Amino acid sequence: MTQPTKTYHTLVNDKVYQTTIPGASHWSTMVRKGTQLQIKDMNGGANLGMLFFNPYQLDEKYNAPDTLKCQHTFKLTKGHCLYSDMGRIFCSIIDDSFGWHESVCGNSHASHIEKQFGKRDYQTQQNQWLQNGYDSFLVELAKYSLKAQDMAANVNWFSQVSSNEEGKLSLSRQSEAGDQVTLRFEMDTLVVMHTCPHPLTQVNEYPKTPIEITFSQADAIPLNDPCMNHCPENQRGFENNALYHFGL
Amino acid sequence: MIKESVLKTELAHTAETVSAGDYYFGIVKAGETIRIVDLKGNQAADTLFYNANDVSERYSAMDTIREQGALYLTAGTMLKTNLNNDLLEIVADTCGRHDTVGGACATESNTVRYDLEKRCMHACRDSWMLAIQEHPEYKLNKEDITHNINFFMNVPVTSDGKLTFEDGISAPGKYVELQAKMDTLVLISNCPQLNNPCNGYDPTPVEVLIWS
Repeated sequence: MTQPTKTYHTLVNDKVYQTTIPGASHWSTMVRKGTQLQIKDMNGGANLGMLFFNPYQLDEKYNAPDTLKCQHTFKLTKGHCLYSDMGRIFCSIIDDSFGWHESVCGNSHASHIEKQFGKRDYQTQQNQWLQNGYDSFLVELAKYSLKAQDMAANVNWFSQVSSNEEGKLSLSRQSEAGDQVTLRFEMDTLVVMHTCPHPLTQVNEYPKTPIEITFSQADAIPLNDPCMNHCPENQRGFENNALYHFGL
Repeated sequence: MIKESVLKTELAHTAETVSAGDYYFGIVKAGETIRIVDLKGNQAADTLFYNANDVSERYSAMDTIREQGALYLTAGTMLKTNLNNDLLEIVADTCGRHDTVGGACATESNTVRYDLEKRCMHACRDSWMLAIQEHPEYKLNKEDITHNINFFMNVPVTSDGKLTFEDGISAPGKYVELQAKMDTLVLISNCPQLNNPCNGYDPTPVEVLIWS
């Protein structure tokens, strides 16, 4: 992969689209079935909050409890699929250099960021403002007439949160520069994201960490696909997707 | 944390038995206390809470987990809303641990978890869908049905990141009690699931008691 020569909107060619989302930012875009999305932590210590919706039926959305329990996992990594509340698969994690992404801690509110790092103040900070994950999602959701009620649990990519026996949680590891995850989309999906700090971060300075985004055409799904064959549950999830696309 | 209640059952102003596969839908006013009793043991009570005066504010599993920095709910846990306000506090608990990560069963997720041909078996989400259809006065829609609490359900997370469904640690007569910090709308599905050990493969009734 050639490195982008510009920070923003670098269309490498008609098969690959690459851009960079700065830290403390939010974005949303439609991703088509058969597209592959690679997300890369450029500087280390990133967090990428992400939500998924069916763009044609916006009340179908990523469901973290269904995703975790059907794959008997608390962490998300290569081989796992991300499920909607309708038993369908938005996308499969086909590659992952980090190994453990969490999906239960949600986002920081403005009050958390202010307490930990200071007040968000665009007037004086401009692009260095201390944005928070919750407001970021609210803004993006409103663009599709989605409301606060439509915000369910998100994925926090590049943030490992682990539990002890009593259930106490800690942000035990974050990604290093160059860590990447690749998602293969199994149905058309509205993807909503923010690059605001993880809600359990203990760092002293607001972490402003960009993410490189690369869209490309996914390879055909092989018979021995590690996501489809990860567990019988995922085989049935792919069958639900096949029914959803039946006749197309 | 095991903590017993001092409230006397005969003084409750509401006492209602909810059969497996049915729902309970009602309001607990600010300052009131609600108790859910696992009458026969090993029964999951899939529960959602809302601000009764504005249902767009509701129980949030993520905010609750983040604020207490822990996964399991028990006596001392403050349930938070999606606006990070206090909603209810667990003031007594003779079970010791409740889940809020495992979510509810739905006919659609049942196809993935168990068998495509189990798509028509009764599920918690269908009880909630019937509840919101039968009670339009509460103004709940599908988008308001979100991540719930599974009272009496044991879903341990291991240190290496696995999620396991264990036999319930509940038993006949165990209960959990919550004091409302705001007027709260309560929606419980008494879980009808027959395919996993959350109800001991034999769903049984729960009781709801409310004290002023």
